[in-house]
Amino acid sequence: MKALRNYIDKIKPQFQKGGKFEKLESTFEAFESFLFVPDKVTFKGSHIRDSFDMKRAMIVVVVAVLPALLFGMWNTGFQHFKSLGETVGFWDQFLYGFLKVLPIIIVSYVVGLGIEFAFAQARGHEVNEGYLVTGMLIPLIVPPDIPLWMLTIAIVFAVVIGKEVFGGTGMNILNPALTARAFLFFAYPQDMSGDKVWIADKADAFSGATPLGDALVGNFENFQSASDMFFGFIPGSVGETSTIAILIGAVILLFTGIASWRVMLSVFVGGYLMGLIFNWAGANEYMNIPPYYHLIMGGFAFGAVFMATDPVTAAQTKKGMYIYGILIGMIAVLIRVVNPAYPEGMMLAILLMNVFAPLIDHYVIEANIKRRLKRIKVKA
Amino acid sequence: MSEEVKQREPLFSPKNKKLIFNPLSRENPITVQVLGICSALAVTAKLEPAFVMSLSVLVVLAAANVIISLLRNTIPTRIRIIVQLVIIASLVILVDQVLKAFAYDVSKQLSVFVGLIITNCIIMGRLEAFAMGNKPWPAFLDGIGNALGYGWILLVVAFFRELLGSGTIWNYPVMENLGLYDFGYKNNGFMILPPMALIVVGIIIWIQRSRDKELVEEK
Repeated sequence: MKALRNYIDKIKPQFQKGGKFEKLESTFEAFESFLFVPDKVTFKGSHIRDSFDMKRAMIVVVVAVLPALLFGMWNTGFQHFKSLGETVGFWDQFLYGFLKVLPIIIVSYVVGLGIEFAFAQARGHEVNEGYLVTGMLIPLIVPPDIPLWMLTIAIVFAVVIGKEVFGGTGMNILNPALTARAFLFFAYPQDMSGDKVWIADKADAFSGATPLGDALVGNFENFQSASDMFFGFIPGSVGETSTIAILIGAVILLFTGIASWRVMLSVFVGGYLMGLIFNWAGANEYMNIPPYYHLIMGGFAFGAVFMATDPVTAAQTKKGMYIYGILIGMIAVLIRVVNPAYPEGMMLAILLMNVFAPLIDHYVIEANIKRRLKRIKVKA
Repeated sequence: MSEEVKQREPLFSPKNKKLIFNPLSRENPITVQVLGICSALAVTAKLEPAFVMSLSVLVVLAAANVIISLLRNTIPTRIRIIVQLVIIASLVILVDQVLKAFAYDVSKQLSVFVGLIITNCIIMGRLEAFAMGNKPWPAFLDGIGNALGYGWILLVVAFFRELLGSGTIWNYPVMENLGLYDFGYKNNGFMILPPMALIVVGIIIWIQRSRDKELVEEK
């Protein structure tokens, strides 16, 4: 460790102003602070500075995603061998899924970080850590058989158009991971429909319907049991199937205080409420399924825990968070049930509310100011 | 006395040249003034309709500019907008009829958007801002310049949207002839949708402003 520190200190001057590699300063800085705690201190006054910086926050999110990722890898293998009618051991299933998912993760990080570094160099600011999480989330919300070139285009689009044009991490309006998925969804709908999903290589490119697809065509006999959906033994995108694995991640996020429980809770409440409303209306079979089914089907739980809570794109005020979350839940279920063109509404619901989050905040703050102004007048 | 006669300005004096070339870049109607965006989104899914659209706007804008410039001293200020609209509408009807007669397929593709040239903000904008206060020749050049500035953006957007969205250039199947489909390449359906036109225009604006810093607004 000491040797590494000494080496970095030795080559440091070359990357600073006037050095040989002056242009690569931000790249160097990124690697240095990745290896060691940044040595930045405040200059004035006596601010206490916790070393809880963006890097640590991002790493916690990555850790929280791991259960869903590991389960997703296993489930990919499980569904594959199940459809072939073979029975193999746990590790074989896991290994198959691991080899299937790993290239997606590698492509995601190489492409995304490459763009981040390039932009940081060109603009002369530090490399932001925001992509660490985005790069982990993207593999979880795409089907396991996504062609890698499609993924590359989607990531370039999401990082450049979704994030860098607004000024990089922290300035983006839309969640970058969901932007990538939305791009794929609209650009290559035949690969991303949400109602069918790839399961196995052999057997003539067999693809099975997800529960969402079954529900949409009224195929309820095919429905997996609620416990299967809850534990995640169903076809779907890599990370979205297992609600229990997602909930483990949710506990980690809430315990460390990185995600807002207000958003998370109100998304679930909103989805459940909308389910109840549809039960009451009851116009067709899809409307009559128990409301909790909506919460464990498809990407609802994943979106609620990892996507809607993104602190950059969510509402910032406390009241705003409730409104934001409940609307996401309601709109997601609404799209699922009412619009047959979009079997999965979670992505579109979150992106839509991302756009509205600043507006919600604005009105919450305005209302607060008005309320407090009234107080002054009464006294005077 | 005869020596004091003002020398006639040459037809393509530097000032007049500016009228044509400025709208191509620094005063581009789409990327700088952000006018006429709606038609830029609607007709740029393929090159052919985009080209015909640009041509129609060129004819209408140049003719309307000249006519308004000729009438500029007789139009009462209070009803000038109505007069401008009548002239533009008549010209658009002419263009529409010509298209229907000689290029029926394209005219069908463009459908309502030929008629909507009437409401194209670029045309009204140029009539108000330029033709009302200038002589016919400069007004003509200004019309040509702005229509070209509008047209080349339309063609660039349409080129990328057609190439990536349908895999063709002017209906010639480029991607198929390159054999890319055999490698698993697929057309990008997002490119056909109108939002992507907005994003492509946005990218052009981005490139233009990072090359020409004077266009960047002060904070």
